[in-house]
Amino acid sequence: MTEPTPLPLSLALPLSRVRARVGALPDPELPVLTLDDLGIVRAVERAADGRLEVLITPTRLGCPALTVIESEILAVLEVSGHPGGRVRQVLRPAWSSDWISEEGRSRLVEHGIAPPGPADAPPTLRLGTGVPCPHCGSSATRPQSPFGATRCQSVLVCTACRETFAQLKAV
Amino acid sequence: MTADHGPTANPTVTPTANPTRDPDRDPDLAGYALALGDDALVLSQRLCGWVTRAPTIEEDLALANIALDLLGHARTLLTRSGQLDGTGRSEDDLAYGRSVRAFRNCLLVELPNGDFGQTVARQLLWAHYSTLLHRALAETSDEVLAGLGAHAALESEYHRMHADQWTVRLGRGTAESRRRMQAGLDLVWPYAAELFETDDRVRRLDAAGSAVAPERLRSDWALGVAEVLDRARLTPPGPDRPATGGRSGRHTEALEPLLAEFRSVRLQYPGGNW
Repeated sequence: MTEPTPLPLSLALPLSRVRARVGALPDPELPVLTLDDLGIVRAVERAADGRLEVLITPTRLGCPALTVIESEILAVLEVSGHPGGRVRQVLRPAWSSDWISEEGRSRLVEHGIAPPGPADAPPTLRLGTGVPCPHCGSSATRPQSPFGATRCQSVLVCTACRETFAQLKAV
Repeated sequence: MTADHGPTANPTVTPTANPTRDPDRDPDLAGYALALGDDALVLSQRLCGWVTRAPTIEEDLALANIALDLLGHARTLLTRSGQLDGTGRSEDDLAYGRSVRAFRNCLLVELPNGDFGQTVARQLLWAHYSTLLHRALAETSDEVLAGLGAHAALESEYHRMHADQWTVRLGRGTAESRRRMQAGLDLVWPYAAELFETDDRVRRLDAAGSAVAPERLRSDWALGVAEVLDRARLTPPGPDRPATGGRSGRHTEALEPLLAEFRSVRLQYPGGNW
């Protein structure tokens, strides 16, 4: 047998597998969360022109991490046998921190970041009064600054263990 | 979009920043988006001037965060404007490639920062306006502009709370903080009128459901600002001759140096990539 083994007709993964791979990508700014934990992947589908299209809803408009996320998604499409794909942003409905998965929330706490409260809570609660401290668990905490190390975090301080900690902003 | 913001500066690595010709070309809506985008871009750059100079480290972070939010708004609005006007210009073309007189931002956002009281006073007038604007924009018909409104409304609310808290803190603080806060307020107040300037073009867009005529935000804005000034025990400045002109390209002498600084890295390293 000198004939080379023919390649399979297509090495392309089915869309459901591609969708899972895209969803499993880590967020560049909060690598403890995957894109599915954040809830930003709307769909992976075949566009009218035959190219594969990934629809995402950005957490923040113009967020620098989006550039990284998009190039990582394109790389996933490439290695999944779908070269020439593209990423399209879907702005409506706007992303809400309520879309962060339960698993993502507990992983945030493990990493010292408090998960966001409900997005429709009154402003004082959204700013973090009484949020359980991810270090010691006390709820004797108060907001220190609504603006933290990144656009999506605010800073709180725990009066029990005296540590400051970040909380993802409720939006 | 600026050198300070890392990899986002290069449009070639930002697929969403590459303008695609939009089938619903609308030069009027393009002009509207441009004015809003220029407001956000210029104020963003202004607030960056506080980095390493704010009264506390938290405040340094706060103003930088607000500036980044505004830059995000500017990128979305300028990209959309370039699609709608049919020229296919990108956000970078519009941010870096226009003369001073082609900028359509209101004068309020280009004013020098002054002292911290003056910056807080501007933030107060601006953020009360932007919160109302973004909420109303979320109800309009253009997918991108409405999406921006929906995304930006809560961000603007955080900016408003930040400005409210500082206004009250400074107004009720020491004699010196109160004097400076009032002086800053008196200085920026005449520039607020331009936020609500509405021409026939924008009125028509509003009637068609694709834009927000800012004149209809004015009464809610006045109520909201008056309530904060009352809590801060500050005196609302009396009616003054409004200072306007930015929307038609007649700017103060403060804008050109701001744009020159904004463009300096781009000019030194044309086509730079990092």
